[in-house]
Amino acid sequence: MSQILSNGLYGAIGVTAIAYCLAAIGLNIHFGYTGLLNFGQAGFALVGGYAVAMPVMNWQWSIWATIPVVIIASTVFALLLGIPTLRLRSDYLAIVTIAAAEILRLLVSTPKLDNVTGASDGINSFTNDIQNSIPGFLRGRSVPLWEKQISEYEMWVIMLGWFLVVVFSLAVWALMRSPWGRVVRSIREDEDAARSLGKNVFAYKMTSLILGGIVGGFGGAILVIGQRNASPGSFQTQFTFLTYAIVVLGGVGKVKGPIIGAMIFWFIISFSDSLLADWTDRTGFQLPTWVMDSSNFSFFRWILVGGGLVLLVIFRPQGIFGNRKEQVFDVR
Amino acid sequence: MSAEPFADVPREPGSAKPDSILIADSVRRSFGGLVAVDVSHMEVQRNSITALIGPNGAGKTTFFNLLTGFDEPDTGTWHFNGHSMSGASPYKAARRGMVRTFQLTKSLNRMTVLENMRLGATGQSGERLWAAPFKFLWREEEAEITRRADELLARFRLDHMRDEFGGSLSGGQRKLLELARVLMGKPEMVMLDEPMAGVNPALKQSLLAHVKGLKDEGHTVLFVEHDMDMVHEIADWVIVMAEGQIIAEGPPAFIGANQEVIDAYLGAHQHADLGLGA
Repeated sequence: MSQILSNGLYGAIGVTAIAYCLAAIGLNIHFGYTGLLNFGQAGFALVGGYAVAMPVMNWQWSIWATIPVVIIASTVFALLLGIPTLRLRSDYLAIVTIAAAEILRLLVSTPKLDNVTGASDGINSFTNDIQNSIPGFLRGRSVPLWEKQISEYEMWVIMLGWFLVVVFSLAVWALMRSPWGRVVRSIREDEDAARSLGKNVFAYKMTSLILGGIVGGFGGAILVIGQRNASPGSFQTQFTFLTYAIVVLGGVGKVKGPIIGAMIFWFIISFSDSLLADWTDRTGFQLPTWVMDSSNFSFFRWILVGGGLVLLVIFRPQGIFGNRKEQVFDVR
Repeated sequence: MSAEPFADVPREPGSAKPDSILIADSVRRSFGGLVAVDVSHMEVQRNSITALIGPNGAGKTTFFNLLTGFDEPDTGTWHFNGHSMSGASPYKAARRGMVRTFQLTKSLNRMTVLENMRLGATGQSGERLWAAPFKFLWREEEAEITRRADELLARFRLDHMRDEFGGSLSGGQRKLLELARVLMGKPEMVMLDEPMAGVNPALKQSLLAHVKGLKDEGHTVLFVEHDMDMVHEIADWVIVMAEGQIIAEGPPAFIGANQEVIDAYLGAHQHADLGLGA
């Protein structure tokens, strides 16, 4: 059992949780604070991931030099999405973003671009600089997390990742308590009201889309660095939907929401995965095979997670950190 | 109400005013085959209360939307304080000093009453992205804005709701909040779209007093209204629209006796009590 709990904890603090947490911080800026229906956060993550991997692989850049590339590429992607759609009703942004994310994913998987993007296999071996930068105190040993061993490389990425989470969360906190954040929240409530009070709504929405996109881009960057592989399979539409689930779970429009949401979500995923694997592996306690067996328990897990989210939305729609009182006046 | 500035103004559609803050020319807006607004000339006197009335579907709100940039006209130009405002976006119109309210109030539900008020202040340095994260850059300004907001909330008797969510206000309180929020931006001209709609009679009296107070403070008020008591009581000048055009202008008493106006209304409401029995 402690092995299973360790796996759950590992899931909660691991690279995947960090990547989704960053994506969720970005999406929270879009959806939680500004009310932008961005259904293409996977696209921003993909842009960030490939912005790291491609320059290293194709032009032998240092991986650290790709940090501005992540920022610039995410900004360009946000501008491309935002300029035609942000003047329109919010539904249009939803349609355009989900389509744009898919277009990007299909584009990088095209065999014709094999020598640039690695097509569906993606790009490997671009993480030497990260490997070489592992600090002395981590070198040559793995870090135990209860009964789980974390490799030096992975531990280093986890540390870098949580550092980014802290930095971006502090930035969101500082922005959202300011008059700037007030304007952004007023746009979520009623953008015509904000306009009538002299606020340039288009500019604020665009800024929000860019900022949230950059954070999402860093999420993708951490994901590909942690996996040591940038491939289109990591950025399917479910990336966006799981990110929404995390934002809703933690509490929409709360600074701590994405962090708590991501940790709880990935704890549940990893824990239930190990638990069900243990219950179907023909040793010790075993579930009857007509319920599930080792070949299908991972599907069953998603059914449980989906059911849990439905219950959450019904009984605690404000999420874990949300404010029930605020929820009452929700206009969406 | 004194109407001295209007003493020499001809009582006819599109008449020139001695000191016009807003001048509109040949503003036209059609939806498909329907011409919603077709105003050839209109002027609004500075520091006066002007009422825009007319039967349902006369194009009053559409005209409002055009003037404030919320809708785009087919043709037309208008100037506010000598600046051309034709085609300007809503936020630019607001920054120039033409701030409007809406027929259906837009209180920001999940923000507190105080936050609603603070939002109304224009030109805040803390609203710029680069300054926003650094509180010391906007702390003093914010304190000043909060002081003004508290003053206005007290004046509009909303101070006890200061920290409640906008969504918890009653319909009438929302009207008050919207008006108070507009004043945070120190607009030269306040444009009210049916300020009395859905307001109970007791609150109506205080709202009337507030609107009158705006004029005493030097604001210009242009309002759309169906409530003829209000028009009679506070308007200095009345502009009547029907089927998109201005059909009459004059002081309230003159309008009440105007046959064209009565026809325009009676065409739509055979048995309506206009409250215009002058």
